[in-house]
This record gives sequence, structure tokens and C-alpha cells, in this order.
Amino acid sequence: MKKPSSPAEGLPPSDQVISKNYSGKLLLRNEIRLEEPQFRALPFTPIPSIKRKTFSHECQRCHNQKKSLFASIPCSSCQKTHLYCRKCIEMGRIMECEPLYECSGESFHWPRHEAPCSWDGTLTEVQQQAADRIVHAVKNNERELLVWAVCGAGKTEMLFQGISEALKDGKRICIATPRADVVRELKPRIQQAFAKVSVQALYGGSKDKDGTAQVILATTHQLLRFKHAFDLLIIDEIDAFPFHKDTSLPFAANRAKKDIHTTIYLTATPRQHHRLQIAFNKLPHIFVPIRYHGHPLPVPSTKMCYSLKKPLTKYMPPRSFMNWIKQRKNQSRQILIFVPTIKMAEKMKENLQKILIADNMIKDPKEIDFVHAEDPKREEKVQQFRAKLLRVLLTTTILERGVTFPSVDVGVLDSGDKVFDEAALVQIAGRAGRSSDDPTGEVVFFHDGRTDAMVQAIQSIKKMNRRGGFIE
Amino acid sequence: MNCLWCDEEITSDVTWSNVALPTKAKSLCEGCEKELTVLNGSRCLRCSRVSEEKICKDCKWWEHYMGGEDVLTANYSVFAYNERMQDMIAKWKYRGDYQIGFAFQGRFTQLFKKQFNDIKNIVAVPIPLSKERMNERRFNQAEMLAHFLPIEVDSVLDRVHGEKQSKKNRYQRLSSENPFKLQKAINKPVILVDDIYTTGTTLRHAARLLQQHGCPITYAYTLIRG
Ligand SMILES: [Zn+2]
Ligand SMILES: [Zn+2]
Ligand SMILES: [Zn+2]
Repeated sequence: MKKPSSPAEGLPPSDQVISKNYSGKLLLRNEIRLEEPQFRALPFTPIPSIKRKTFSHECQRCHNQKKSLFASIPCSSCQKTHLYCRKCIEMGRIMECEPLYECSGESFHWPRHEAPCSWDGTLTEVQQQAADRIVHAVKNNERELLVWAVCGAGKTEMLFQGISEALKDGKRICIATPRADVVRELKPRIQQAFAKVSVQALYGGSKDKDGTAQVILATTHQLLRFKHAFDLLIIDEIDAFPFHKDTSLPFAANRAKKDIHTTIYLTATPRQHHRLQIAFNKLPHIFVPIRYHGHPLPVPSTKMCYSLKKPLTKYMPPRSFMNWIKQRKNQSRQILIFVPTIKMAEKMKENLQKILIADNMIKDPKEIDFVHAEDPKREEKVQQFRAKLLRVLLTTTILERGVTFPSVDVGVLDSGDKVFDEAALVQIAGRAGRSSDDPTGEVVFFHDGRTDAMVQAIQSIKKMNRRGGFIE
Repeated sequence: MNCLWCDEEITSDVTWSNVALPTKAKSLCEGCEKELTVLNGSRCLRCSRVSEEKICKDCKWWEHYMGGEDVLTANYSVFAYNERMQDMIAKWKYRGDYQIGFAFQGRFTQLFKKQFNDIKNIVAVPIPLSKERMNERRFNQAEMLAHFLPIEVDSVLDRVHGEKQSKKNRYQRLSSENPFKLQKAINKPVILVDDIYTTGTTLRHAARLLQQHGCPITYAYTLIRG
């Protein structure tokens, strides 16, 4: 066997590949697909994976410091008991006896693309304004920019010019989003718009795994494997990240950026802290108050249902809801129904199925289905609904954002439930009227008492419409 | 204490009746505890499957196949393999969250005492992992379960073939070479311990090997009936 050359003797020919694959990462040994001699010859620096402190510990991958999320494991290889991190265990177990590795060699020079964007669509005036602002931020390495764009503003297209700008400069880009569905939906669109650029989608169970593309689309958890990797980080749906509950996510997002970087936040429903920063001019931002098709946002109506809980405890649709279904102005629209719990979605489906068949609203029981977060067939069902193979889809809040259907009416059952906060309701309402062929749609909140969230959601939708120049 | 599954804090309700007694620390919260199904009702005496017959069809097949006497006298399983259990097993075994195993300790010990208490001098023998698996996982879930039991544990089995047998059918699997090797003979009653009874092939391989070397009777105690 040939003696592996040490880094001092000059870099082996595959160095480009190594640095492309491993620079900007923080990985466990078993995530580095190199034979031991080759691995040892390369400048991988081990970093202790768990820091022991006096009163707490800290996982060096996910930043976990919670006592209950560390535990001991008797390691058969070391014949010793170690700490391991329970928090990020889905990404591969971090334990004391196995360090994390950082490739400390030269970082990879990503190609500069002269004209990377193959998208030939046009932007509306408002979209163009936002696109220009994003380009400006990227060009000048501005640290932060928040884009407040209503649901259906066409935010992905608004990003293209900024991404192009970054690619022209040989920058590396990550679009992070909270949900795997969104990553999946984004992948073909981005790849199509940047046909000659390497694009990978990373999420739990994704086909792409190694994260070696210039453009990375990822769920936030996948950011845990990156360190100083991205020049441009776009965080989609920033308000949907459980940032306030889970400190490991902002930690990971921060670590994944290079020192000089630009972060773009996208949101239709900013959280309080961002709104305050905007109000006090502490956060550079731009509004996109009009949908790409130029029509206003559908304003939800509310329907008071006295004794709503009675039918709902039997998983029966309330009468006023059935009336609405039958009296909708445009009966050809599909119906998207939001319910508070998985169980409700499941049981209600059975009952609604019987009623709709008896009333001749649907012919085939297969025209109605339900989805929820843990549904293994979620992707498939969403596809079916989009392809109009399903007439009615019951869902938990999992479909509140990120997914687009061309022509739906939207009902929210028990909209007073605590799962429907203001942001959720605005997002849910934003599912209607998405296509220019059918730019309106009905949105009805069925409730047994108006909540602040409902009132505020309606107010903020109206406010956005006013900002967009629509008069009520 | 936080729930081992959902990490919510477990609030133990202290009442005047139990304040003086040492309360057993709970490892799962009430909600997560409820998601698990403890098997009960009429079951096959040999494999613990929910069954109206005393010996189920599968076990009759085994008996016939082995020439009239099954090497496995009885398997007892504690939990059903429902959705939550599948998730828990995946995290415990495959992701390697060792701590999850303690969520089963209470029931596993309790029902052992109920089922196997009257057998004298019984030795627990965990089903081993292959070397490669052990290197990946760093612990053997069967070993962990065995050590929950109030009896002697003797890990006398080694696995010489890997675990991946799923492509073969049951017959091919049993007639194939025994995947285990015995380090030393045990001439006392043995209770094999594993996380799951699926087809029973693995356990019968182990039982046969032990009995070929002088073990008088072999039981199995498994966490789950698959
Ligand atoms: Zn961790
Ligand atoms: Zn170790
Ligand atoms: Zn049986």
C-alpha cells in the first residue's frame, strides 16, 4: 500500500473534491466517507463533541444544554460510560468519545457564474422593487434584510435576481425553511431557474445527502452539519421557526454563515420581535403588500356556531359548515378544511364522507381525504389534491403554509382553538385565491366565540390590502 | 424528572396518602404511557400472540417442523408493536438513544416477576448483536433488558452471521446455518431475552443451540410481540 502523503508534502490531487465535500462542515467520523489512511492524511481537526461544564453540558453540534436531553451510555467500544446528546440524535448520535471534525484545509472556491439564471418570467412592479432591494443587499454584503411579503406575493421569483448576483460572485447560498414539504417543492423550481448550477435539497430522508452543492435547500436541522459555509443565507418563513422555543436553530443558522454574509428573512406574518424592530427602524426591511396577480388578499368571514363543541366532540361537521359547503358561490373550487387535531381530521373525514355522498356532493368516497404532520402519505395526498383527484382535503395546521393550490375555498373548524394563532390564521387565509385564473376564494372561520387571534388576523389582512392600495 | 419520550416535566401528584411512601420515579408522562399497549387477554401460550387458540397456528407449525417438540417452551411478550412502540424502538435501537430503554424497565420487571417467578435457578441470556452492529450502536438493547431482571445474566451467545435475514422466508431462515455460537454451556433453565418476537426464528436458533449443549428448558421473554 502507498504511504498516504501528509498535507505538508503538498495536497493530493483530489484536494479540490475533499475541500468541496468537507470544508464548511462539522461532521462525525461516520459522515466522512473516507478510508482511514486518507482521512488521517487530511487536515481534519477534531473538536470535542460535548463540553462538560460544572453545572451543565453543551453539545457542540446542536448547542443543547438541557439536562434532561443528556444521558449516559455504557459504550461497548471504550468499556466506559459516556455522555451523549439526546436532542440532535436524529442527525446521528453525538457522544463524548467521538469528536466532531472540521476540515481546516483551504475552503472551496465555488464557481462564478456569468449568467446563472435561466428563468425568463417577468416580475410585477412591486416584485421588482423587492428584487432590487435584495440584489442591493447581496451586492453590498448587508448583514440582514427582512422581506415582508403577503401570501401569494411570489417571493421565490423575487429571490432569483439576488441569487444570481451571489452566483456571479462565486458565493455559496442556502435557503433554509422549517418544513421538508417546502424544501421538496422548492427544489425543482430553483433547479429550473438555475439550470447549470448545482442545487441540492437536504431534509430528513432526502435523496441528496452530502450537501456538496453551491445552492443548498435545507430544513433548519440540516444546518447543524454546516459551519462557516454560506455567503448568502435565506431563511424562509422566519416566523415559523420555533426560534423562541428552540435555541439550537438560531445557533445553527448563525454558525452556518461565513463571517461576511447576508441573511435574508422572508415572512408573510412576522412575529412580534421583528415587528418591533421594524417599527423602530432597527431592521432593514421591504414590504410586498400585493399578490403577484394584483388582486387583494381574501378577507376571512367568521361564522358563529352556538354549541359548536357538541357536534365536534362526535367529530360531526356543524350544520352551518355544511350549509356553507353547499352555498359557496363557486362550487367548482376544491375545499380545504383546517381542524385543530389529527384525530379530528381523521374522524371528521369518515363522517363528512358519508354526508357528502348522501348529499350527492361527491360521488366517490375517495374524493375526500385527510393529512397531518406524521402522515407517511402526506406528500402523495397533497399531490392528489393539487392534481384535483381529491375534492375535499381535511388537514391540521401542517398545510397552513408553503403549499399552493390553484383554486380552493378554505374553512377553519373551531378557529378559536389555540393552535390557530394570528399568524396561522393569516397563513391559512392565504391559501385561497392563489392563481390568476381564480384570484379570489372564500375563507370562513367557524367558531363559538371570537378570539383575539381571529380578530387580529382579519385586521392584519385588511391592513395589508390597504397598504397594497386596495380600498375596502 | 422529564418524560423520556416527549421531555415534558412529569408532575407527580403528591397526596396525603402517598406522601410518606417513596414514590417510584416515573419515566414516561401519563400521555406517553397511555400510547403503549400492554398485551393482555387470551394469548398463544407459546408465542404470546393474541389468539383464541391455546397454541396458535404458527406455533403448531413450529412444533410439527421440529418433530413434535418445540425447542422454545414459551415466549412471553409485554407490549404490542403499535405505532408509538415502533417509533420508540427506532429511536432506542437504531438512533441509539440508550436512555429510552429505561421507559420499559418498570413493566418489564413487573411482568417478569408475575410470569417467571416460580422457575428456580433461571439464567437470563440476551440475544447478541453482531460485532459490526455492536460497533455502530455501542450497546445491545437485549442486554439492557436482561439486566433489568432480578436474576443472573450470562451473555453466553455470540452472533456469527449478521442480522440481515429479512429477504429469506421463515423456512429458509430456520434451515439456514445457526447464526449463533455458544461460549459455554448452561445446564440450568434459560430465559432468552430480546426486544421483539417477530417470527420466533432467531429465538429458536438460540434455544436449539443451548439445548444441544445441555440446557434443560428454554423460555423467552421479549419486550414486544411483533
Ligand atoms: Zn446535540
Ligand atoms: Zn466510547
Ligand atoms: Zn403462537
